[in-house]
This record gives sequence, C-alpha cells and structure tokens, in this order.
Amino acid sequence: MTTTEAKSDTVFGQPLRRKEDAHLITGRTRWTDNIQLPGMLHLAFLRSPIAHAKITVDTAAAASYPGVVAVYSAADFGAEMGFMADAWTCHPDMKKPLNPPLATDEVRYVGEPIAVVVAESRYAANDALEAISVDYDALPAVIDVEAALADGTPLVHDALGTNQCYHLLSPGDSYEAAKAKADVVLKRRFRQQRLIPAAMEPRAVVVVPTVDDFTMYSSTQIPHVLRVLLALITGVSESKMRVVAPDVGGGFGSKIACSAEEIISLLVAKRLALPVKWNESRSESMQTVHHGRDQIQEIEIAAKSDGTLLGMKVDLIADLGAYLRLFTAGVPLFGAAMFNAIYKMEGYQFNCQTVFTNKCPTDAYRGAGRPEATFGAERMMDELAAHLGMDPLELREKNWIKHEEFPFTTISGSVYDSGNYEAATARSKELFGYDELRAEQQRRRESNDPVQLGIGVSTFTEACGLAPSRALGQLNVSAGGWERAEIRVTITGKIQVITGSTPHGQGHLTAWSQLVSDKLGVPFEDIDVLAGDTASSPQGLDTYGSRSLVVGGSAVVKACDKVIAKARRVAAHTLECDEDDLEFANGAFTVKGSPGSKMLIQECAFATHLAHNIPDGMEPSLNSTYTYDPINLSYPHGTHLCAVEVDTETGFSKIRKYVAVDDVGVVVNPLIVEGQVHGGIAQGIGQAMFEEGLYDEDGNLTTGTFVDYLIPSAADLPSYITDRTETPSTDNPIGAKGVGEAGCIASTPAVVNAIVDAVRPFGITDIPMPCTPERVWRAVSEAKKAHPHHGSAHGGAA
Amino acid sequence: MAKITVKVDGVSRSDEVEPRLLLVHYLRDVRGRVGTVVGCDTSNCGACTVLLDGQSVKSCSVLAVQADGSDVLTIEGLASTVDSELHPVQEAFRECHGLQCGYCTPGMIMASVDLLNNNPNPSEQEIREGIEGNLCRCTGYHNIVRAVQTAAATMANGSVGVTA
Ligand code: FES
Ligand code: FES
Repeated sequence: MTTTEAKSDTVFGQPLRRKEDAHLITGRTRWTDNIQLPGMLHLAFLRSPIAHAKITVDTAAAASYPGVVAVYSAADFGAEMGFMADAWTCHPDMKKPLNPPLATDEVRYVGEPIAVVVAESRYAANDALEAISVDYDALPAVIDVEAALADGTPLVHDALGTNQCYHLLSPGDSYEAAKAKADVVLKRRFRQQRLIPAAMEPRAVVVVPTVDDFTMYSSTQIPHVLRVLLALITGVSESKMRVVAPDVGGGFGSKIACSAEEIISLLVAKRLALPVKWNESRSESMQTVHHGRDQIQEIEIAAKSDGTLLGMKVDLIADLGAYLRLFTAGVPLFGAAMFNAIYKMEGYQFNCQTVFTNKCPTDAYRGAGRPEATFGAERMMDELAAHLGMDPLELREKNWIKHEEFPFTTISGSVYDSGNYEAATARSKELFGYDELRAEQQRRRESNDPVQLGIGVSTFTEACGLAPSRALGQLNVSAGGWERAEIRVTITGKIQVITGSTPHGQGHLTAWSQLVSDKLGVPFEDIDVLAGDTASSPQGLDTYGSRSLVVGGSAVVKACDKVIAKARRVAAHTLECDEDDLEFANGAFTVKGSPGSKMLIQECAFATHLAHNIPDGMEPSLNSTYTYDPINLSYPHGTHLCAVEVDTETGFSKIRKYVAVDDVGVVVNPLIVEGQVHGGIAQGIGQAMFEEGLYDEDGNLTTGTFVDYLIPSAADLPSYITDRTETPSTDNPIGAKGVGEAGCIASTPAVVNAIVDAVRPFGITDIPMPCTPERVWRAVSEAKKAHPHHGSAHGGAA
Repeated sequence: MAKITVKVDGVSRSDEVEPRLLLVHYLRDVRGRVGTVVGCDTSNCGACTVLLDGQSVKSCSVLAVQADGSDVLTIEGLASTVDSELHPVQEAFRECHGLQCGYCTPGMIMASVDLLNNNPNPSEQEIREGIEGNLCRCTGYHNIVRAVQTAAATMANGSVGVTA
C-alpha cells in the first residue's frame, strides 16, 4: 500500500484470517447437495438435444420405470408454472418472448428443459430420462448473430416477428462533431466470445414442503430476490416460503437467476408433499446455466495527431441467446457508460443491437457489460498509441481524468467521485520494471528473436454497487439498489449481524466482523454474521456487481450508528450526564473531561435488557436495522501491466510477469481484497487465452464439458504481483469501492494488448479471443505471407 | 448389488451397493462423508480427490466396488475431529487464504497432501503441475501455490500438524 498506512490499533484494515475457513478446510460443509432427508425424491430433467424444433412429449413409458414416482411435462403444470422472469425493460419497443420453465410446444436451444422425472434415487431418475419419448419436428436454427438480423432469416420466436430484442441509439451527434476535428480515425472490430461462468459447485436445489409452506435450499447468489420471483411466478405466497443459500460454491453471476429447475422443484414438492432434490451434472450446467459476454463490438475513435482523444463511437451487437433471463437484455447497457472509461472526450455515441439466437441465454457474468466495455476502450487506446508511435501509458496519461479534476462527470453522464490514475500507474510501472522490459522488448525485436516480448497495458475503471434505487427506476430496472442490515446485541454484549447481502465465497463473515468490531469496539470473536437465509434475514438484495461491501457494508455501518445512539441514551442516563457530554471510543462511553466516568457498550446492552433503569419511554433494546440506499455508484480503478513471451514459431504465449495495482478505496481486509484480485485476474486471463463457448452450425454446444471448455489450471497461470493505492470513495460511509470484478475486467485487455504488442511488428493489429497458440501462430503465418517485407519481428509497426 | 468392505477415515464397514455406484457417491450418500464433492462428470476438476490406499485418486472415476478392501482417507479424516489438529496443509490453506468459496478446497488439499508426500520440497512449477488436475475458479491459484509452499516448509521443520 502506498498512500495510506493500515490502521494498527483496530482490526479494520488488517489481513485477518477468515472466520469462514475452518469448516471449509475440514469438509464440515453445508452444500445444498449434502442435504438428505427421509423420503426425499430426486429430480432429473430431460433436455432438448436439438436447437430448434416443434415438440410432442409422451411421458407414459418413463412413468412406469423402476423407482420412478412421477414424470411431468409442461402439460401437467399448465398455467401453474408461470413464465421465466426478466428484470429490465431496456427500451420501450423491447420484445419479450414468453419462456415457460418447461417447453410447451417448441424448444429453442440445446439443453432447454422439456420434462422432469421424479424418482427414488438420482441414478433411477437419470435412467428414466431415456424412456421419455419426444417427437422433434426440426426447425431452422439461428446461430450467427449477424445473420440473425438479415431480412428473411428464420425467426427464433415467430410470435415476435423479428430476431431483434431492441435497438438502442444514444441521442445527439457529439461524436460526428468531434470526428470532424480529428486527424486520426481508427476503427476496430472486436469479438467478446461467449463464456461459460463455470462456478465449481454445480447448481443444486432442495425443496422441503410442510403443511402449507416451503423451505427451498438453493445454490444461489440471490435467496431474497429468488423468493420474490418464485412468488411472482408460481403464486406461492412469499410469506409461505423460506429460501436458504447455505454454503455456495461460487457464482460469478451464474447463480443470479430464478431458474426453471428451481420453479419446477418447488411445484413438484408442492404436488407430492415430499422433499425433493435436484443436482445438475457439469455437462448440464455448461449447456444451461446462462452464458456470458458474446458481443461483437465495432469501435471507432477520433483523435488529434498529438494523441488527444476527441470521441468514440461504439456499435454493439449482443447475442442474447434464445430467451431473456433476469438481466440478459440489460448486460450490454451496463457497459454503455463505461466505454469512455477513464478518458476525457468531447463526443460519444453508443449504438446497441440485441439479438435472439438458438443458443443458451446469456446473462451477467463477472463484470457484466463492464469487462466488454473496458476491453474495447483499452484495446483502442493501445491501437491508437501504436498508430501514433506513442508509448501507451503516455497516451493514457494525456487523456485521463487528472486526480485533481474529481468529482468528474464523464461524457456518458456518470459522476466519478474520486480517483488517482497517476498514483496507481506510477506504482504499477515501478513494480513491473516497465522501462527495463521495454528495453528488452526492443532488443528482442532487433535481434529477430523467435520469442518476442509483448507488454500490455490496462488502466481501467468500473462501476460497482448498482444504485441508487431512484436511478434504477428511471432506467426501468425492476430492482432497487439498497441493502439492509440488522445488528442484534445480546444480553452479554455479543453481536449478531444480519445482512441481506449473500456471500458465495467473498468472506462476508470476516469483513462484516471487522467493520462492526471497529465501529462498536466489540471483540472480533464476539461477532457473528447471519446471511443467506430469508428466515433470519427477511429482506435484502443479495450479492452481485461488487455491491456487498459498498452497499451492504454501508448498511452495517449505519445500523451500528443507530446502536451507538441507543446505547448513548442509556449511558447518559446511567452516568447522569447529557448525551452530548459523552464520547464514544473503543467500545466505551466516557464523560468529556472525566475519564473515570465510563460505561462499556456491553454494559449498556446488559442494562437495556434488564430494563430496570433506562430512560423513560425508551424501547428496551439496542437492536437496530438500517436500509441503505447509496447516492451513487462507486468507481474503483487500477493499472494492470502484463508481459507476455510469444513464441512466433509455435504461437505459444506465456505470461512472464503480471502486475496489478488496484485502487478499491478503503480496504477492510487486504487478504480478501488480494484474493479477489487474484481470482479475477485468472478469470480474465481465461477469456484472453483459453475459454470459449462454441456452437456448431446446428446449435450444438461443442464445448460442453471441462474437456473442451478450458478453464485455466494452476499450470497455465503465473503468480501475480499485486499492490494497492487507496483513494477513498466520497459517496459511502466506508470509503470502499468494490473489488470483486476488478481483476476480471482489467486483465483481459492487459493480456490481449500484450500478445498483440508482441506480434505487432509483423503488421498484426488484433488477435481474436481467446488468443490460443493456434490463433497466434495463424496470425503470424498469414502476416508473413501478406507482408513479406515485414518478414521479421524487426519489420516495423502498422 | 455387491457387498463391499471399505475403511473410510479409519472406520471399516460393509455395505451392499449397486455395481455402478461411484466411489464419490458411496462416500457422500452411503458413508456420510460429504466433505468430498463433485464438480464435473469428466474427471477433470479434482473436487472429488481422496486418498485411496495412500494415493490420491479422483473418486468420481473409481467405482465403489473397486474400493472393496481399501483404505480411503477423505478431508474429514485428515483432521479427525473439528477440534483436533489440522494437517499442516489445511492450516496453510487457511493461513495463506488459499480458498474462497471452498468448493475445490477438499480436493485441492488432498491433492496437495499427496504431492507433498511424494515430493516434500517442490518448486513452484512442480506445485503448479502437481495440482493441475484440480480446478479452482475463485483463487487464481496464487494463494494455493503459496499454501502448498508454506505447508512444505512446516512439514520440513518436522511438524506433522499444528493445533487448530
Ligand atoms: S468430480 Fe471428480 S474430477 Fe470432477
Ligand atoms: S475456492 Fe472456489 S473454486 Fe476454489
């Protein structure tokens, strides 16, 4: 850390070991699939093997299979099963196809659920799937997202009359005006390939019915939101439903859903009045948990010859897949305000087309829209730098918002509260050894070394903690941006923190304990956190978009303030002084000027619980709740630098050095922050170099297992050098900015910029992601053929 | 149905099982050792790694009947009770923040124990290659590698375990 020293007198800011680890490292875990109950039935879903077809389903034979209790198709549930939900009307003319949880008469992607078998064991349930008979009357499949927009192309949804969900064009002609003044106009086309989030724990659902209510355990990021959606979709009253997210093995956006399987599990449990369990296989998961990214970007930038950026135009085509999930349609818009990134410019245009195809629906994946935007911006900055013969960091410095210019309203209308791009970049350069590596790159170029060195830059920002609620309302998002916290103070002064933000690996238990320990002056060990259960935590908006600390943590801090205010009344009453005469520090109230007159907050708790002698009319409880609605989003930033060695003869790239300096505002636990950054970098490198969800022309997912879909292993990745600068957010009481997505957003462009930089002397200006050895090798070979005069690494840039 | 006798975490028991039952499902559903988990169906992720007669195996790629007469050690047997001594590898994972959601962790720990049993002083590269068959989506492996290094150092100092 460079600008602020960690506080040493409190647990806040300390790299404390996580409280949640003890049960995870000993296997004493509570995964949903661990739950076994007497009489429990197991579900297995029959899924379409065909991308687009009319169907007729016959379940009779399967129903008489050994161990099978029931088999249901859409006809058995009818209107009872409702339709899948979407949460964002992005455009007044937006098309919304109906999506029943089980296909009624038409399937539209491979993996779409058609029927469910209910059996005594998971093996028996799977056995019976093959006995369900389905007639598939194949229809033409729409696979290519651009072809889908052409006239006369078959339709994914006949009833909509088009494959376009909506077309949004930002108003005004500021970009054209800026372009008129430009010396340089550069245009590139980038592909954000389809990614599969692949949390390590596959999805699992258990539903336990009682007489007239239900408990659902689900491997979900959003138990609170899920409960509301289930109520809206199935008509089962919200007050009769408890949703629990026990230990959840990762999400990355893929568990923000009210899935068909959750809806059907609930209906089956209701119908049979027995507990049911569904646990998906990895192959099922790859086909049907929503996918991420999948956009084509055409970006044009206009600049002066001295490198001054004038404007940017973004033409986006987003592949939504076959149906709308919660934020499918909105994901491209999460990026709309982020393409301009950290740069000042006069003109901006955003033009977005969203398209249905016969593929698995897309939705939020770690970063949701912001990685795509940051990639476009950071790749373009490197392209412009190369075109002008400038150092890419120098070009960025020329155009970024200076630290003294904050708060800053960007061309797309966001208000960045604070930032210091200079500090993060300087630190990053130093840790990287930027100048030495540039010198080495030069030497390798001059000596025509078959192994070239590339240096990639990514000076990114992102937007975390989607809010305020009012702004979301103006954007027609069917969700608020608030979060709720409750502090319960027990008679002996122990604390229970109840949070509406639901963890799936982020370490809320530890971070919240640190926050509360610091605020209330209660020992870290005396604090417990309850999360992920709508019975203990009745309201919340859960975990996504790096909102937990920024929004959920702020709610915790505000609830603590209310506890302190109540305790202050009790202390003033007991110590017989004015409330204003009390100072509160390290868990104790002292009377100003007489330090001997003192009352611990635990003593206030005890006195309050006894209620023998508290102020007249005071409620005998220190318990407090706070629902916090932020005033703005937060904008963490950072500079990531990557050095890649590219073997120009084999196309093999190896990351030689990776430096990440992130500024996520005030840090509660640096260990957790670092861990989030590491994991994010790895996922971003996955996109840059390894991962791609591919469909064949018939709409079969050809990367449907971990054999074909390569998520990086330890052997594929380097160790990272990480550090931080700290520019507190001025818009929330903690000063935190959010970190969950940062690494994932920053690393993809850093790595691709590095690989392109390595082979740029061959005249190469882009390599489509993932930059596999095959693709790099092909690009080099083709460039050598096309530009024989370059012929070598020394050949000069395009 | 087939009759098998398997010692799991020190406890021997006989069970009637379907011949096709996977060892991982036997451990979880029959023997209640739910610490070992399933992450894939192609033997790629390593979430289900246990020690079978001292060697790490992916228990999703072994049939329960193949384990007849064997000795299986799962994550729950590595530290035999909640309050007992943690294995140095478990301790190091906690110390180095080598886990986030924790889903890969039991398998990762078992694979690391096997790695260190065979190579008590591995280089970073050897660690990375040694746990290549275990996928983690959360940590980026950086802290897992550090945890294995830390455990190697602890074990080299002659300590077999540290108190939880
Ligand atoms: S579950 Fe055994 S390797 Fe994935
Ligand atoms: S800690 Fe989540 S998969 Fe490894």
